[in-house]
Amino acid sequence: MPFEVYLNVAVGGVLTGLVYGLMALGLSVIFGVVRVVNFAHGEMMSIAMFLAVVLFSAFHLDPLIMMVPIAAVLFVFGYALQSGLINPFITRPEHSQFLLLVALAIIIVNVLLIIFGPDARTVQTAYAFDSFQLGPLLVDATKVYAGAAAIVFAAVLFAFFRFTLIGTAIRACADNYTGALVVGLNVNRLYALTFGIGAACVGAAGAMMTLIVDVTPMIGPTYTLLAFVIVITGGLGSMPGALLGGILIGLTEALAGLLFTPSAKSMFAFGILVLVLLFRPQGILGKRPA
Amino acid sequence: MSVFAARLTGDVSRRTMIWLAALLAALVIAPFVVDDYLVTVLILILYLAYTGQAWNIMMGFTGQLSLGHAIYVGLGGYVAAVLFTRYGVVPWLGLFAAMPVAAACGAVIGFLAFRFGVTGVYFAILTIAFAEFARIGFDHLDIVNAAAGLFLPVAQYAHNDLWRLRGSPTMFYYVILTATLAAFVLCRLLITSRIGYFWLAIREDEEAARAAGIDTFRYKMYAVTISAAVTSFAGVFYAFFYNNLFPEQVFNISQSIQMILGPIIGGVGTLFGPILGAFVLTGLAESLNSALTAIGIDLPGAEQVFYGVCLLVVVAALPGGIWPWLAQRLGIKDAGS
Repeated sequence: MPFEVYLNVAVGGVLTGLVYGLMALGLSVIFGVVRVVNFAHGEMMSIAMFLAVVLFSAFHLDPLIMMVPIAAVLFVFGYALQSGLINPFITRPEHSQFLLLVALAIIIVNVLLIIFGPDARTVQTAYAFDSFQLGPLLVDATKVYAGAAAIVFAAVLFAFFRFTLIGTAIRACADNYTGALVVGLNVNRLYALTFGIGAACVGAAGAMMTLIVDVTPMIGPTYTLLAFVIVITGGLGSMPGALLGGILIGLTEALAGLLFTPSAKSMFAFGILVLVLLFRPQGILGKRPA
Repeated sequence: MSVFAARLTGDVSRRTMIWLAALLAALVIAPFVVDDYLVTVLILILYLAYTGQAWNIMMGFTGQLSLGHAIYVGLGGYVAAVLFTRYGVVPWLGLFAAMPVAAACGAVIGFLAFRFGVTGVYFAILTIAFAEFARIGFDHLDIVNAAAGLFLPVAQYAHNDLWRLRGSPTMFYYVILTATLAAFVLCRLLITSRIGYFWLAIREDEEAARAAGIDTFRYKMYAVTISAAVTSFAGVFYAFFYNNLFPEQVFNISQSIQMILGPIIGGVGTLFGPILGAFVLTGLAESLNSALTAIGIDLPGAEQVFYGVCLLVVVAALPGGIWPWLAQRLGIKDAGS
């Protein structure tokens, strides 16, 4: 195969990886602050994907624009979920939290199944078959738009955590729970905000994903696992790590799909995860726990 | 022998013994009373009780959260099924290959995790990763027929062949009942022994356990290998009961999740929790199914939504599971809790 083919596939993989990264960023933010592993993460993304599909098929609204309102809807969902359901569980053991979120995931998958049925749905935008040519490179327009949108969304999020007062307060909760309580932060509200922000990430990522893959109600668990792989590879709790992990996994999947067989591609992602856990358990950019 | 008997029955109240005997008697006569459909439901319940008990050795006793136990079911099933279909090795002998293979796999995962300090959530996700790795690997492994699945020859049998595990559901019922009872006894013996006390110490506070001189690495390795070996029999049973194996099914994460819902709902770390949990969850799913059919709701997924809601309610209301709560009311003491 000519070198250009590899390069094309690699670039496509990196762009898809950016969207993966944004999805995983949500998981990372939630774990980093609330210390709850969101086992319903992929299922939450499938809610966002169905919202995007419905908005597109009913009103011809472009998922790239709708990603903002969809993120807002998911934010409200995440906020309500944390303050109403998950908050009493933050001091419970991991297996108890796990069961709660697995139950939630079961409910989401099957409610979607009742509403939309088992068939795959897709978004066919006007630019679905466009591509950009850059020297020998030929890149799908949808992937370029989705990747760029993911970068913008992540940049806004970095700025929020870095420069706003609420962002600083949330980081304070993550660094030192007791300290945050002592200085008078409303930790429960900040946790709910964080969960909402994590859900908004996955909402925006879900809207973009509809440009790249078909959606079915059963898609959730696959993406929950994928988000885990990415976040742990990059470093659980590290925001740049999640993006880097996303790019790495997107690239690996694309190249493995080309060199071996597409159905075996996630085996390589899991292989990377095992290696990272063994040789750098805190992830590529994660901090070693004290 | 009397040492074992003493450990098995020592400090078990008369009241508990009567309850256990009554339950066992009910389970033994059940196939004569209920119809064939209910027998298969009971088989599923006991299968989940068995696997839940096996998982409980790792999580309930030793505090190591494994979310990838499907890998041991899959390995056990595939080893025994390949030996049977290719070389005619009977399942009871195949078990002597399946158990060491699963135990070795558990030992590898445990060794890597415990040596490299992978704990808590990270350990849980490492176990998922191995199970998923195996699922996709077997999907592309031609000697086990890859994704097309491995089938055991099915024929009408004139009589039950226990030695080759070919026969009626009732035979399988008694096989899995015996296995569940054996696992229950094994767990009781383990948890009242030196090794069990060390496990509980590790579960409660690993640092303190190590400070007290317990070789925590070694005892965690015991837990993962024993748990894996015990789980592998469930795989052998699965293969010969359903007569087919698909990597997509046996290694699937939903298999791992289904396996651990019972003990979590029933009560992690208790001896009776996995059994109670299996009865409650399967009973719940079955009754939801028939209730929805009765009132004429035929929506795919509706049953699962109710199931999820019930899980939510139970885990929110009874954080320790149903059994510790119930045992207190019945005046029974459980060795594990």
